[in-house]
Amino acid sequence: MSKPEDLEKGSKLPQPTAWKSNEMLKRVKGRYRSEGRFKAMGFAAICAAIIALVLLVGSIFLTGIAGFSQTYVKLDIYFDPAVLEEIQTSSGEDLENAFISANYAKLTQDSLRKLFPEVKSRREVFRLFQFVSPGSRTQLQNIVREDPGVIGKTQSLWILAADDVDMFVKGKISRNVAQSDRKVSDLQIGWIDSLSADGRLVKRFNWRFFSSGDSREPELAGIWGATVGSFYTLLVTLIVAFPIGVLAAIYLEEFAPQNKITDIIEVNINNLAAVPSIVFGLLGLAIFLNVFQFPRSAPVVGGLTLALMTLPTIIIAARAAIKAVPPSIRDAATGLGASPNQVVFHHVLPLSMPGIMTGTIIGMAQALGETAPLLMIGMVAFVVDIPQGIFDASTALPVQIFLWADSPERAFVEKTSAAIIVLLAFLVTMNGLAIWLRQKFERRW
Amino acid sequence: MTDHTVASFDEELNEMRSKVVQMANIVNTQLQNSLTALQDRNSELAEKVRLTDQLLDDLDSDVERSAVEFIARRAPVAVDLREIIAIIRISNTLERIGDYAKNFAKRLDVLLETDSIRSSERLLSHMVDITSKMVTDVIDAYIRRDIDLALEIWHRDQEIDAIYNTMFRELLTYMMEHPHYITTATHMLFIAKNIERAGDHATNIAEMAYYIATGKALDMERPKKDKSHLAAAPDVEE
Amino acid sequence: MNIQAADTNITTDREPKMQARRVNVFYGDTHALKDVNLDIYADEVTALIGPSGCGKSTFLRCLNRMNDTVASCRVKGVMTLDNEDIYSKQVDVVQLRARVGMVFQKPNPFPKSIYDNVAYGPRIHGLARKGDELDEIVFTSLQKAGLWDEVKDRLDTSGTALSGGQQQRLCIARAIAVNPEVILMDEPCSALDPIATAKIEELIDELKGHYAIVIVTHSMQQAARVSQKTAFFHLGNLVEYGDTVEIFTNPQEPKTKDYITGRYG
Repeated sequence: MSKPEDLEKGSKLPQPTAWKSNEMLKRVKGRYRSEGRFKAMGFAAICAAIIALVLLVGSIFLTGIAGFSQTYVKLDIYFDPAVLEEIQTSSGEDLENAFISANYAKLTQDSLRKLFPEVKSRREVFRLFQFVSPGSRTQLQNIVREDPGVIGKTQSLWILAADDVDMFVKGKISRNVAQSDRKVSDLQIGWIDSLSADGRLVKRFNWRFFSSGDSREPELAGIWGATVGSFYTLLVTLIVAFPIGVLAAIYLEEFAPQNKITDIIEVNINNLAAVPSIVFGLLGLAIFLNVFQFPRSAPVVGGLTLALMTLPTIIIAARAAIKAVPPSIRDAATGLGASPNQVVFHHVLPLSMPGIMTGTIIGMAQALGETAPLLMIGMVAFVVDIPQGIFDASTALPVQIFLWADSPERAFVEKTSAAIIVLLAFLVTMNGLAIWLRQKFERRW
Repeated sequence: MTDHTVASFDEELNEMRSKVVQMANIVNTQLQNSLTALQDRNSELAEKVRLTDQLLDDLDSDVERSAVEFIARRAPVAVDLREIIAIIRISNTLERIGDYAKNFAKRLDVLLETDSIRSSERLLSHMVDITSKMVTDVIDAYIRRDIDLALEIWHRDQEIDAIYNTMFRELLTYMMEHPHYITTATHMLFIAKNIERAGDHATNIAEMAYYIATGKALDMERPKKDKSHLAAAPDVEE
Repeated sequence: MNIQAADTNITTDREPKMQARRVNVFYGDTHALKDVNLDIYADEVTALIGPSGCGKSTFLRCLNRMNDTVASCRVKGVMTLDNEDIYSKQVDVVQLRARVGMVFQKPNPFPKSIYDNVAYGPRIHGLARKGDELDEIVFTSLQKAGLWDEVKDRLDTSGTALSGGQQQRLCIARAIAVNPEVILMDEPCSALDPIATAKIEELIDELKGHYAIVIVTHSMQQAARVSQKTAFFHLGNLVEYGDTVEIFTNPQEPKTKDYITGRYG
């Protein structure tokens, strides 16, 4: 209880706060200090993140950039009629067989021997023959097929060099290392130097990387097969997940009664988004492969599995977009006598579409980068051919990266990084598209 | 003046204005009719004036009710607020002038029975003419927001006062010299006083018109030529 | 339909456009409207005033069953349009809302072109068969809403690009385009500046003869200015209902008097 004199005191006019007092000034200073500390910490965190990103992307880029070029060697190929005799003599079905079975390797081998006549020992000759890629056989076959008239003539051709040569030319194999510790022998180095001096070695842009499928030979391996596989997989995912996801979102947002069941569904959709992707892979394996007996390694299975995984993402994004459409628009349409269906399909859906698209693209990008579920359903197989449809065996980009990263050949290291660059380019493009869509169509109410 | 966005605002305002104009016209007719009744010894006309006054009373309460409703519903501000307040007062004032005219007509019952004082009647006629012109002009000044005209009318009141002074002295003289005329002169005196008051009211309206147009009160000293309060009976030789 | 004339405190020989008899509205456990009886006449503007939460907006939204979209809302009592119960099962709510149009507190044009905004209602109700007819409807609606001269050169620009007052008039044009019999306005000027407000009020004045208009407003002055009948709601009760002039010059109920003179609470 306050005494009367206290009351007396209290009733006096209050003194103005002493903002200029030392105590106050100290307090203010302290406040600014703590703010400065927080800013510095945040800045440091951002810097660390940027450094990590630059290191990661930079190292991948530095390694991968070499994967986009390939070494070629110039050889004077004499299309020896003796070797290609069968092609000249046979016809019809035999001709096709003759084209395929002709000993093209001998042509390059002869050419190499002519270049280095001093090589005599069997071991050295064998080494010499390995100087060019086995892919040269297909190259020569194509030339002969195209124009059988070349037989008996000599042509100067750029032949794909073997991966070890390529590695050495790119400097990935150092000549300063002891011979036993490197894959390229001193002898081979001598050949490379002499060819190089003659201007017979050149690095060219590696078109093959973008046009061929996988191969055991690094210099022949490409990502086209995996890209097409990824495309088919995502196509299936989109066709399945988008309509189901959007319709589910519309139903939940606009039509579902507010009750326990709806709540449970809602919670479970959110939970589903958090389920590890490998679990979806197991589900795909169990249902699509074991129960429905879909073909193994096919994009259709991969797509369906990824659709399951993407569905919650799309539903959540679509619901958020639908929720963001202001109720006033719904009121306006309802007030004019539009039925609930008309309200949704004339107004709510078109207005939320950019948001839904953004969410879908992000979900798709996520699916594009997903590896684990595809491993479970067998899309990890070694597939050389480019898939022609959703039922052909194929791999996908991230799985291809996974496969190459596992390969022992030195040359696959740069292929792996190159494939990662391609994958990153796709992801950045898709995310960029999502951002562009959002910027372009986003409305402020 | 530009119109209000809400057209009915102007409509209601115009209706009240036209009622005020109508009242002014009736007041003028009342004054003139009373005078004519006096000059022509026409008791029927006098009777008509007395009856017509009810019309003015009705119009006045009409305007007042409309104005209250208008304030309640439209919450006028600035010039509209000044006008609506002024309209109530103008209408009241016109009603008062109408009362003077009625009073004039009432006195005719007696006056028509007695001998008339012609010279005073002429002066009275002059007063009525000026007053009714003032009423016409002052309503005109109000409707057209004519400040100059309002100021001019404000000064015109002096003329009436001057005539009234003259008339006062003249009637006083008549009464002293001819007690026979006392009845007539007394009534005439009251009538003249009423007309003089009507002139003062017209001056009031001029002040209101000025106030509506400018938002300022006309706070100059009112010009007064009414010296009758100083007038005494001329010395009578005993 | 059995409506007892004794229920209403208004005596008139005119046939009301809409009638509410013993209307009770509940939101869950909240009793939002209590035994409201109100008549709405075709050629008049009826204003609903009262403090926030008094039930005036709820009542308005009952008139075209906009409350249907609120799951917890229950309406009891009888509400009629041309002596037909609007809450009966035979009534198509879509048709009802075409007959009883609505303008909302916040201007809410569709983010479509001005033309499409106005044409939307006629399109969904199939009111125009040919393009010419639709053009005609859009033209007359915009003209009635006093917007035609301002937008005739840019009918294909977005409705959301207009100023607030123009947007609200566009919303009115949109409501008119369906050719309603009653127009409900839920605080149509609360988001507008005084000039835009005055334009809307003038528009209401002009529309008065063609439609029955019911307007909810927080501004008592607005109610006084635009309406012929005023209903004062308080805590879910209809306290007083009568001629606007009477309500604002000589209210009968002490509560009304306190509210309109600013002595409330």
